[in-house]
Amino acid sequence: MGKDIREDIAWAQINKDVLKSLESPRRMYWIILFIAIAMIGVAVGSEIYQYQTGMGVSNKNNSHVWGLYIATFIFWIGMSHSGTLLSAILHLMHADWRKPIYRFAEAMTTFSLMTAGLFVLVHLGRLWMVYYVMPYPNERWVWPNFQSPLVWDMFAIATYLSSSVLFLYVGMIPDLAICRDNIRAGWRKKLYTVMSLGWEGTDRQWRNFRITYLTIACFLIPLAVSVHSIVASDFAMSNMPGWHVTSFPPYFVAGALYSGCAAIITLFIILRYVFKFEEYMTLPIMKKLVRLTFAIAMVWTYLNLIEFASVWYGHDQTAKDQLIFKATGPYAPFFWAMIFFGSILPLMLAFKRFQTHLPILFVVSILLNVGMWLERWMIIAPSFAHGHYPWTWDHDQWPSLVQWGIVFGSFGWFTLLFMVFCKVFPSVSMYEVKEMVYHRSLALKHKPAVKGEY
Amino acid sequence: MSITNLLENWSDFRQQHPSDDRPHREYKWAMSIDLDACTGCNACSVACYAENNLPVVGKEKFLHGHSHHWIRIERYWANDGREFADQGAQFLPMLCQHCESAPCETVCPVGATNHTADGLNSQVYNRCVGSRYCNANCPYKARYFNWYDYPTTDNVWPEPMNQQLNPDVTVRGKGVMEKCTFCVQRLTVAKSNARSEGRSVLDGEVQTACQQVCPTGAISFGNLVDPLAKVGKQWMTQQVDLNKDKQAKDVAEEAAKLRGYRILEELRTYPSVMYLEQLREGSI
Repeated sequence: MGKDIREDIAWAQINKDVLKSLESPRRMYWIILFIAIAMIGVAVGSEIYQYQTGMGVSNKNNSHVWGLYIATFIFWIGMSHSGTLLSAILHLMHADWRKPIYRFAEAMTTFSLMTAGLFVLVHLGRLWMVYYVMPYPNERWVWPNFQSPLVWDMFAIATYLSSSVLFLYVGMIPDLAICRDNIRAGWRKKLYTVMSLGWEGTDRQWRNFRITYLTIACFLIPLAVSVHSIVASDFAMSNMPGWHVTSFPPYFVAGALYSGCAAIITLFIILRYVFKFEEYMTLPIMKKLVRLTFAIAMVWTYLNLIEFASVWYGHDQTAKDQLIFKATGPYAPFFWAMIFFGSILPLMLAFKRFQTHLPILFVVSILLNVGMWLERWMIIAPSFAHGHYPWTWDHDQWPSLVQWGIVFGSFGWFTLLFMVFCKVFPSVSMYEVKEMVYHRSLALKHKPAVKGEY
Repeated sequence: MSITNLLENWSDFRQQHPSDDRPHREYKWAMSIDLDACTGCNACSVACYAENNLPVVGKEKFLHGHSHHWIRIERYWANDGREFADQGAQFLPMLCQHCESAPCETVCPVGATNHTADGLNSQVYNRCVGSRYCNANCPYKARYFNWYDYPTTDNVWPEPMNQQLNPDVTVRGKGVMEKCTFCVQRLTVAKSNARSEGRSVLDGEVQTACQQVCPTGAISFGNLVDPLAKVGKQWMTQQVDLNKDKQAKDVAEEAAKLRGYRILEELRTYPSVMYLEQLREGSI
């Protein structure tokens, strides 16, 4: 296995390479940006139409009250988990190979949360009343219903979003100072000056920075686990067959890490290609990332099987019927596609040959996320089509173009945010890569007597 | 409600489970529906449309499942090989069951659906944000969402039809959930009248719209606390207990004559509507 990073990269070179990614974009960038904005346009148009006409145009009905909005909401929430995994959990575990890739993963966390938040608004029948969900003092002392998992959701997501924005920002301060010092004038200079908070790299600053960063990292880990557990509670706490499953919280967390890791692979390949980050986003790092993804995929598969098995051997006939309906009914193609993309396709990642084959990994990582999106849809839709009450059966509801349009547009929104981020902020952490290079070169000097990798 | 009151009376704040130590004191509105008497004529549904300002959504939206029948007649056929026309359908009027432990109430993020002291499951339209979680969690799917803005953009009641709207009932705009209220507007008037005379509402003094029009008298409605009420007597005869999740009909050996049951009781929703099983050909 090769080295994660070359030890002899000069620090000035690292600065130069990363700062180059902030320079004026090429034509391709503008084209993709334009496509992303067009996608958002589709979603905005659909939402305006839906807002004006009523939720009915999304083709949900009285027995299928939730649809793609909630499924995609869970998808984006899930996507946000790997940023935290890479930056916080691996930070605490001193896995330094995360250093060149955690910044964009952390940005992905923030932006996918911002995308997920929009789906809450899109989903609500009266989104102009959304502030009712928040506990605010009012003259009638009317509070939200603290028993409702949706209220827990609101708290969990708001907390997670604000802490991950903070984490992303705090982790970026030394890099912002580098940007500030390397740019002469213009709005960027002003932006970096303000945002770097007068960073000078003194000992005291570094010490405080380390403590702050570690504290937020420790704070973020339980938060990340709880957020998706709470999203899972939206379903596990209800009484719908197919939702009322005890193992949902860990299942959701595993699914979240899974889709997030797959998304990191996708973005890794794109950034490596677009910004020519071959020196930093190296193949050995990719190999570790792929192995991590494979392990999480297997955990997810295991939890999936547990869910099926516990339903199958349980006494709840309705839930069993629901499972059979899912696997054989009108949703069967999507269900089996989910099993294939989610559980069988990742087996490829176990082979060394594919672990560093970027074109294949690119396609596979996207397909894994297709599978994970299908998983969320397969949790929502079939339960409505085959619930407790026979009257609701046979009411097959195919989501209308309005729903598909908004889901489609959300990917454009995410792309837009991410692309703007990549041009305004360094998407590779310069100071941490330097640290990594420094530690590795130190280790090279004091080579241990025992042969092996480190 | 002040914050101190909220903290001190936390257990009273929401009553989710029927319990013997907290019985209904004055009113517990309940219903019983005799499926043997039901002919499936849909008069109850029509009366409900008229009484509660339900929008008639039209064929296309009805087929999309956007209808608003707070009480709906469901048809079921036995799977016994005979032609549908020969065996005839069995009818089941389904309405909000006003569960004592209602799954919809606990999940509403804004507390727009609550339990009243009278044992009603109330819906506060002004408070509803339209998350539709209540419908998702309702095992009976007896809740209906305003998918469109029926009074204005959809113009369901064009001039002069808006004159026929019931002034006692709100006309709901888009994006709120609604459902059977047990004709709460009538209950309020009856209670108010009774209170001014210093008594409780008498049995038969108040009727729901569906009960009023049922040609076969299949629906009875009344106060379960009142020992003289017909509905209470029916519940008693059938040995149906509000606070149990399994009734005598399904437990006792010699229960062949009992017909009373509640739908999906095993989910422990403790509904307020008792159904009387249809008599089969074999059992007559």
